[in-house]
Amino acid sequence: MPFHVVAQVSDIPVGQRKLVEVKGREVVIFNHEGEFFAILNRCPHQGGRLCDGLLTVAITSSEPGHYEYIPERQVIRCPWHAWEFDIRTGKSWCEPDRVKVRSYKTEVLPGTQLVRGEYTAEIFPVKTEDDYVLIDI
Amino acid sequence: MTDAPAKPIENDGVIDCDIHPAIRSFEDLKPYLSKHWWDYYSTYGLRSRQGFVKGTPYPKIAPSAMRRDAWPETGLPGSDLKLMQTQHLDAHNIQLGVLNPLNPSGGDLNVDFSAALCSATNDWLLETFTRKEKRLKASIMVAYEDGASAAAEIHRRAPEKDFVQVLLLSRTSEPLGKRRYWPIFEAASEHNLPVAVHVFGYSGHPATNSGHPSFYLEEGAAHPAGIQASIASLIFEGVFERYPNFRLLVIEAGFAWLPAFSWRLDKLWNRMRGEVPHVKRPPSEYIKERVWITTQPMEESQRPQQVVEIMDYIGWDRLMFASDYPHWDFDDPKFGLPPSLGAEQRAMVRYRNAQALYGL
Repeated sequence: MPFHVVAQVSDIPVGQRKLVEVKGREVVIFNHEGEFFAILNRCPHQGGRLCDGLLTVAITSSEPGHYEYIPERQVIRCPWHAWEFDIRTGKSWCEPDRVKVRSYKTEVLPGTQLVRGEYTAEIFPVKTEDDYVLIDI
Repeated sequence: MTDAPAKPIENDGVIDCDIHPAIRSFEDLKPYLSKHWWDYYSTYGLRSRQGFVKGTPYPKIAPSAMRRDAWPETGLPGSDLKLMQTQHLDAHNIQLGVLNPLNPSGGDLNVDFSAALCSATNDWLLETFTRKEKRLKASIMVAYEDGASAAAEIHRRAPEKDFVQVLLLSRTSEPLGKRRYWPIFEAASEHNLPVAVHVFGYSGHPATNSGHPSFYLEEGAAHPAGIQASIASLIFEGVFERYPNFRLLVIEAGFAWLPAFSWRLDKLWNRMRGEVPHVKRPPSEYIKERVWITTQPMEESQRPQQVVEIMDYIGWDRLMFASDYPHWDFDDPKFGLPPSLGAEQRAMVRYRNAQALYGL
């Protein structure tokens, strides 16, 4: 199975992030209001570690003097040159088609289902009473 | 300077021409200031050539303009030698790094205090960094608005081999070639030290020649024009002619503008050299022979080969790698340079040119 168990749901409170390593790749998992998103921990520009960046909200404007936040567009800002990436898609704000960070599908499953199934849990033992975050990698 | 051939830098190492150390607080400089100047600082504080007593005119994109991943447990990024060693020198195989402090700068309005601060900073650089870490060298800080005290500090520090150049900030209160600055160039030339000009500092003038811009990104965009004015002034005031050993290193102003700027200077000089008869040669020749320029912030183009062509025009012996660690616009030595550079070009930019300029 390509899905890997990477964390217990309770490991990543709402608004927080966790750095995990799967198959030699560092991946950052974000919990945005109960939804989980996963992106590679490497900025495609010069390699800054995105897990050290500021998680913020995309800002847009219809004219000078007005600005608007787009709450559903959560972006991680690289700690180096401030490239911004949408944590849902990995696309950069300024050049979405040319510059993007690899993003991974996530899923949340209860431990009961995982223990029965064939999912890979390389990192820690899965217990039936907890819920887990998985990523497709 | 030595005539010995440049030592090979092993394992594809790097000389980083722009690392910014920071004081944890002004207490760090206290041991190197007289009682008078410490009392003065405690009572009156700093007097920068800009209107804000605390902070800068343009808010930065990141706190203190630092990489968010470079903050030590206490103090500012750049104040913790251990973190600088592990996060930067070791991680990027920096075999030699040049320290350029920006705060305090040599531009305080009280020039006597400024000279005392610079001298204290120079002591602090030796004690805190270069004597503890042999991969680090430092710039001589000078109160650059006061030629006499700046020259005295250069004479005092030049014998110390841990200092490799003299540092000025770019926004001086008059164009850089004016005679008030000549004692700096004379002293540096006498000791065979390059004069490095790093962008920023405060002149008291607006950041652009049409007034105060609104945004931090405009301040960044204005640096090439400011540096161009400095180079034009140095050439046309006759500094390169007067001091044949004067060498200039431009730090953090980009470089892609340099060819067009050289063409324009030559064109103007061809038509109006009668106005500056003391300037004997086409301006581009002084630039080709006596000006070096650092790479960071690396020019980026949708077509990367254009950047390489410009580097080729400027000359592979002129460009020197700089990271700007720990500032937010840091360039990683592995990924910052265009990937298509040949091995020889890469070696020149990454360390050989710096070895040649600094005589290392």
